[in-house]
Amino acid sequence: MRRLRSLIVAGLLGLAGTNGALAAESVVPPHQEWAHGGVNSFLSMFKTFDYAAAQRGFQVYKEVCSACHSMDLVAYRNLTGIGFTEEQVKAIAAQYEIQDGPNDQGEMFTRPGLPADHFKKPFPNKQAAAAANGGKAPPDLSLMVKAREHFEDYVYAILTGYEEAPADHPIPDGTHYNKYFPGHAIAMPAPLFEDGVTYADGTKATIAQQAHDVVTFLAWAAEPHLVDRRSTGVKVILFLVVFAGIMYAAKRRVWADVH
Amino acid sequence: MADTMHAGEGHTRRDFIYLAAAATGGVAAACALWPFIHSLNPAADTLALASVEVDLAPVQPGQAIKVMWRGKPVFVRNRTEEEIKAARDVNMAELVDKQTDESRVKSGHENWLILVGVCTHLGCIPLGTNTGESRGDYGGWFCPCHGSHYDTSGRIRKGPAPANLAVPTYEFLTDTRVKIG
Amino acid sequence: MAHAHTSTFKNPVVNWIDQRLPIFTMLDKEYGTFPTPRNFNYFWNFGALAMFVLATMIVSGVVLAMHYTANTGLAFNSVERIMRDVNWGWMIRYIHANGASMFFIVVYIHILRGFLYGSYKKPRELLWILGVVIFLLMMATAFMGYVLPWGQMSFWGATVITNLFSAVPVVGESIVTLLWGGFSVDNPTLNRFFALHYLLPFVIFAVVFLHVAALHITGSNNPLGIEPKGPQDTLPFHPYYTTKDLFGLSLFLIFFAAFVFFAPNYLGHPDNYIPADPLVTPPHIVPEWYFLPFYGILRSITFNIGLPFSEIVLIPAKLGGVIAMFASILIWVLMPWLDRSPVKSYRFRPLYKWWVLMLIIAFGMLLYAGGKPAEQPYVLVGQIGTFLYFLFFVGLPVISSIERPLPLPTSIAQSVLGGGRVAATAAANPMEKA
Repeated sequence: MRRLRSLIVAGLLGLAGTNGALAAESVVPPHQEWAHGGVNSFLSMFKTFDYAAAQRGFQVYKEVCSACHSMDLVAYRNLTGIGFTEEQVKAIAAQYEIQDGPNDQGEMFTRPGLPADHFKKPFPNKQAAAAANGGKAPPDLSLMVKAREHFEDYVYAILTGYEEAPADHPIPDGTHYNKYFPGHAIAMPAPLFEDGVTYADGTKATIAQQAHDVVTFLAWAAEPHLVDRRSTGVKVILFLVVFAGIMYAAKRRVWADVH
Repeated sequence: MADTMHAGEGHTRRDFIYLAAAATGGVAAACALWPFIHSLNPAADTLALASVEVDLAPVQPGQAIKVMWRGKPVFVRNRTEEEIKAARDVNMAELVDKQTDESRVKSGHENWLILVGVCTHLGCIPLGTNTGESRGDYGGWFCPCHGSHYDTSGRIRKGPAPANLAVPTYEFLTDTRVKIG
Repeated sequence: MAHAHTSTFKNPVVNWIDQRLPIFTMLDKEYGTFPTPRNFNYFWNFGALAMFVLATMIVSGVVLAMHYTANTGLAFNSVERIMRDVNWGWMIRYIHANGASMFFIVVYIHILRGFLYGSYKKPRELLWILGVVIFLLMMATAFMGYVLPWGQMSFWGATVITNLFSAVPVVGESIVTLLWGGFSVDNPTLNRFFALHYLLPFVIFAVVFLHVAALHITGSNNPLGIEPKGPQDTLPFHPYYTTKDLFGLSLFLIFFAAFVFFAPNYLGHPDNYIPADPLVTPPHIVPEWYFLPFYGILRSITFNIGLPFSEIVLIPAKLGGVIAMFASILIWVLMPWLDRSPVKSYRFRPLYKWWVLMLIIAFGMLLYAGGKPAEQPYVLVGQIGTFLYFLFFVGLPVISSIERPLPLPTSIAQSVLGGGRVAATAAANPMEKA
């Protein structure tokens, strides 16, 4: 009976994770080490983001990705979350010309960005984005890390997974061979190059380094409250353990003369 | 058995455990309640929009404009010399809510009167900002809901409103640009 | 005051209210002195846990509804605003999203308890049927709630599940159009799903009230499945089971919190972080895990059912799948009558014990197959699971008739206390044959 019970509980829990079925052609991305332990990891409760990497990652996004990919859900003011000061955020926001309006004459106008503005989109709408990119709009990156199986590892694998197409696997014109993309034919050309960006902190900008940094940034963008979430969780669970202990003692006391 | 549970020794310890259980339970409930209540407070994006910049250049003396700030109108009035004088010549004893005109404007920018455009009575928006609207008996604003009259410093002079029109926090970025909030 | 209720509470305010509306007397009767079998195991915690999760879902849901916008253009971003900008919004939303999974875990264990210990048997048939009604309402509520974030899985899940009704002969297409309020899942659909998702939990709450009311008429079943024979077999609900339920609740909350705070997306699907796109179907549509067994049954009917040796199709595969899926839950209603054994608890039922294990394995197989692509060997696993699942119910009248139950203990007290200490109350007849 007890065995049966544990079997059932184990079965329910184990099978709960079966939502991860993948298309036949995709390759499981290799696991990478993340300072924050991954956005969806049970066992990283004390880990925080590598903020230096996230700031470098923002630079990669700004100088490379943002030419095609929007990050519509993130506002410049959010950047204080990866360690930029309010002044730095103002300066970053002011680099962008944001469309606003209509003004009293009914006309749209542009003004320098403010911290409250969301990241400026590279294209005014989805159709324009698709038209400029061979018919397929580059996806928004705000939630990219949470929107794919294997989370950070997948995005990292895509960024570093470009290869020559093998002879037995021809891919259509206008696509590029990527080992980890389902079906291998990805519309995005390899985005990262050795020293494609120049890091202010002197970190060598290898492809792997840039991929690691930008994925750290994207993980933060997808789950900005990760660190809050974990520290709250640790406190909640510690409290609940104490509470469970007290309730167990109370229950034992109540039941003492029944057993 | 139920009837035997109060018998025997260990009263103190048992009472302590019940007390501890009730106390931790109470703390848990209170802590769990707070996030739900706090979620109803202004969100981060709402707070981020809590300041607005206004270009004053097009506002001629005698004119006023309305701008939206935190979902409420803010009156920005370019006062004429006579209006300023009228506001400053008032006998303080006549005022319901005793404030000097000087304390309601920034020195060096005495012509600019910036007020939250919400009647302090029950939250209507007083008339007097747009040209042609009634400005009340004191040349400032007039609230049509219950007949409150404000003067050229936005102070309550007549009617049911208990206080002067509020002055928001603001600063002049340049002579013709002001940041409210 | 001639007809005032007689109340004897010490607190004068309580007494005043109680004389006019005896809610405190009722609370005391139903949750204070209520005689409860003394031999519950931890399986009996799950009813109280389910009630707790329902309350949690309603509270968190009401707060989320205050920030949510039910419009196809705004829904996804309004949910993300909750996640990013609303104070504690991320926590409330993760509590609500994971709370749905927790609700189903708790309720599945609660239902399993019913199967194992014969809680559906006379005199608790109606109590059991009300439970099935609650489960159906839960499924409808959870399904519509999953549509609200308007992600890819929301949209395509809604499309696939509403299309099930197109299998209904003749009027199927009209029903689907009615459900959609248009020609596809779109803004009218989202709005009505939001309205119903807000309404149904209160309907659930009302049916739970009836479920508990019925329980308090018949009294609880217990692990031995023999009815209490007197006060020596029961304990007052408070403080015995209030403390036990609270202890169970604190353990459950640790489990719940681990998901909410450390892996809140573990039970979800990544595709629902992609905004709904009516032009692109995700490569692999799966419902939330708690629907997978029933989804597995739906997909297992891959064949038409027709007259033998002819080309005449009576039930096309699509309709057959839909019928099987709905039948798989509705058949629970018949449990009190399919099971002919006078003995309730599986402990005394040598055949049923294995028969119910088969049901559990079938459920597990369907849960597994339902989450896999519709290809071999998963289809076969699902079909075997479906077969075993229905075999349990169809074969139950036979199994329960030929089974020879083990002798039952005389009373709960005798079984719990091992005879000696309550020898005086135990009847001379030591082994009551059921």
